[in-house]
Amino acid sequence: MTEDDLAEAIATAHDTRTAILIEGGGTRSHGTATLSTRAHSGIVTYEPGALTLIARAGTPVEEIEAALASEGQMLAFEPMDHRRVLGTNGTPTIGGVVAANVSGPRRVLAGACRDHLLGLRFIDGQGRILKNGGRVMKNVTGLDLGKLLCGSHGTLGVITEVALKTLPRPETVTTLAFQTTAAQAVDLFCTALGTPFEVSGAAWLDGAAYLRIEGLEAQVAYRAKRLSALLPGAEPAAPDWAAIRDAASFTGPLWRILCKPTDAPAICARLGGRVALDWAGGLIWYQGDADVRAIAPNSMQIGGPLPTAPGTETLVRNLRRQFDPAGILNPGLMGA
Amino acid sequence: MSTILMPEPDEGILARRGEIVAALTAALPEGAVIHDPAETRAYECDALTAYRCPPLAVVLPRTTEEVAAAMRVCHGFGVPVVPRGAGTSLAGGALPTADSVIIATLRLREVLQIDTRNRFIRVQTGVTNLSVSAELEPLGFFYAPDPSSQLACTIAGNIAMNSGGAHCLKYGVTTNNLLGARMVLTDGSIVDLGGPEPGPMGLDLMGLICGSEGQLGIVTEATLRILPRPEGALPMLIGFDSAEVAGECVASIIRAGVIPVAIEYMDDVCLREVERFAKAGYPDCQAVLIVEVEGSPAEIEDQTARIRAIAEKLNPVEFRVSRNADESLAIWKGRKSAFGAMGQIGDYLCLDGTVPVSKLPFTLRRIGELSVQHGLKVANVFHAGDGNMHPLILFNANKPGDLEKAEAFGAEVLRLCVEVGGCLTGEHGVGIEKRDLMGAQYSPDDLTIQMQVKDAFDPGWLLNPAKVFPLEASRAHRGLG
Ligand SMILES: Cc1cc2nc3c(=O)[nH]c(=O)nc-3n(C[C@H](O)[C@H](O)[C@H](O)COP(=O)(O)OP(=O)(O)OC[C@H]3O[C@@H](n4cnc5c(N)ncnc54)[C@H](O)[C@@H]3O)c2cc1C
Repeated sequence: MTEDDLAEAIATAHDTRTAILIEGGGTRSHGTATLSTRAHSGIVTYEPGALTLIARAGTPVEEIEAALASEGQMLAFEPMDHRRVLGTNGTPTIGGVVAANVSGPRRVLAGACRDHLLGLRFIDGQGRILKNGGRVMKNVTGLDLGKLLCGSHGTLGVITEVALKTLPRPETVTTLAFQTTAAQAVDLFCTALGTPFEVSGAAWLDGAAYLRIEGLEAQVAYRAKRLSALLPGAEPAAPDWAAIRDAASFTGPLWRILCKPTDAPAICARLGGRVALDWAGGLIWYQGDADVRAIAPNSMQIGGPLPTAPGTETLVRNLRRQFDPAGILNPGLMGA
Repeated sequence: MSTILMPEPDEGILARRGEIVAALTAALPEGAVIHDPAETRAYECDALTAYRCPPLAVVLPRTTEEVAAAMRVCHGFGVPVVPRGAGTSLAGGALPTADSVIIATLRLREVLQIDTRNRFIRVQTGVTNLSVSAELEPLGFFYAPDPSSQLACTIAGNIAMNSGGAHCLKYGVTTNNLLGARMVLTDGSIVDLGGPEPGPMGLDLMGLICGSEGQLGIVTEATLRILPRPEGALPMLIGFDSAEVAGECVASIIRAGVIPVAIEYMDDVCLREVERFAKAGYPDCQAVLIVEVEGSPAEIEDQTARIRAIAEKLNPVEFRVSRNADESLAIWKGRKSAFGAMGQIGDYLCLDGTVPVSKLPFTLRRIGELSVQHGLKVANVFHAGDGNMHPLILFNANKPGDLEKAEAFGAEVLRLCVEVGGCLTGEHGVGIEKRDLMGAQYSPDDLTIQMQVKDAFDPGWLLNPAKVFPLEASRAHRGLG
């Protein structure tokens, strides 16, 4: 399916006021998909020397990661794979990753998906094919619609192509583990991330806190030594960071809560149930029966509707009307 | 004489000048409204000094609520509002029109909160970029984006322009370091976007605000990400006999998996002037790279060795690693004084296009050819690691026709940047300067959707009109014919 075909399908839906549900790889689709970007696939350009990759939205993440690995590079924002949590079995696509701003543990050091998005092409709710940004590292030409589309979950447009910044894969990785409570873990994370030792993952689950250090060989050894000296109880460990990234120890309904790290212990205490932490305490995974929204408003159930930040409802509504005047794109997903 | 047009002021607004000033004065504390032409003159331009026009009045609020009160008055009268920080914009972003009111953040100077555990600082946006890092220094932290204008420019301006600096190669630009913003909308309402928690979950409105050049609202408070200071940093200087080989060296370093904190480039024209002005002891050659790495002594040694191995394959005329703090200062001294040094020899137009790093050698060669064609000298000094070029076109403002010549040359260079896969502006913004070139990078629909975003925030187009979007396109979009 070409970009033009997708645009035509959306233009028709606009004219006939037919709601469409947009699907990437179908790994976290919100209902029955009627428009899939899956067939609009393939890497368009990959220039390792310029740290740039351009791919069509339907390109499987695995294909991109394999291409990058062959050049010793990676997507530094480490997108999580939702399949285990959601019990789905589609193929995650890069368009879906960008549409949901999916980022993994390395966010604490390298930033989120949105920080690595250089530009994109998308189709708005009238079927117009649009582009924003470009393929270069620095670009302030006009309004940054990439940031807006990244994380919009298809409510503003259907992303058809993305340009991403790639980074060198670290030469060495090591992990330090600590036996702690969640509250002790957050304290330890705050201290560790306040050092210049560039911790690239800070997660806590099942009674253990993990700090990941990556980089050049001499660098990693030195940093692990300094951190161990600073933080009592450090043990070398080799946890599966992909499993941590994917919240793989949970099955069934799962909540994702974002908070200021030092607020995490109190939120966890109020929630009860089963929790895990990532992003140095800024991300809480939660499974249980508590009234999550009442305890932590900045939260969503994986696969459920997205919250709108309080006070921004009118702006969000106005914006959605501009991008999607007929209200056909993933209606209901983001409030009205 | 200049080629960029601004719209004629609205006679109806000019006629109500007295009423507007009275309403602003009534809504704000004493001393917050300036309207004496002798005083408003100080706000007639930003760093794009070829374009000047005093505003109708200037408001200097101290709080978000005062900004909101001023906005409500302007909204009521339908008066255009030009947000302003320190006025160091190189793109004419803060240029007023005669019928506009400037709302400046100069007195919004408070540091509201520093939280090193959660790694953020919250400030009013009139604080200068450098003072943020100065606040953090005793705590062992810093704020990463470091525009060369950091002594003067404000966080408000940095957010509006999504400013960068020499150290952005590793740490990102403003948008990657901005966590939250408080903003006053055109109707005077106040919204909070983002915050110290990682986010957001819904639409990233804060990401949209950053770099929006005062088109969407007035940002009065910001939450910024802060970072622990590195253990140490070390610059090295690499001289080459060919601009192209220097460009190749940049791409090879990046490719090799060592991402330094900064890779800066200076060409021969610039080197000669800088040497005369700052006596930094730079070699006399075609191009110099300044590369800086960070970490512990052993980490620095390791990275330096890797960079040396790459550079030496390319036969540099000099590879000089700083041996002490004085030498480090000397290596940076020339780069930091480059704009000042070029200013000594005459007027210049500072361009800001970005190209893919692999296209640097080609673009530098083409700029050289265009310089000959247009009969104007050009000096190149820029952030090479991310391909963000700053060709300085030298001209004589007192010579009739020279500015127009320089602008035509500049436009051609920027179109070249777009043609090779880059963009019109990497960090300075569009403002009025690149407004009418936007069509080179974006289709009419691409521009329309951006203007529709402005409609969603500012339906009356009161904020900074006649900037960012081509004048004809925005007039047509607004139904002004
Ligand atoms: C010598 C020199 C060196 C420079 N070096 C760099 C550099 O290395 N990197 C770089 O990126 N830039 C650089 N610049 C450009 C300039 O300093 C930046 O664009 C800076 O961020 C502008 O800040 P300011 O406070 O001066 O803003 P102003 O110039 O006052 O305004 C800039 C823009 O922001 C808008 N604005 C101001 N306040 C607000 C607000 N509260 N809310 C919404 N919008 C607002 C204005 O309307 C205008 O469009 C340099 C400029 C000079 C003169």
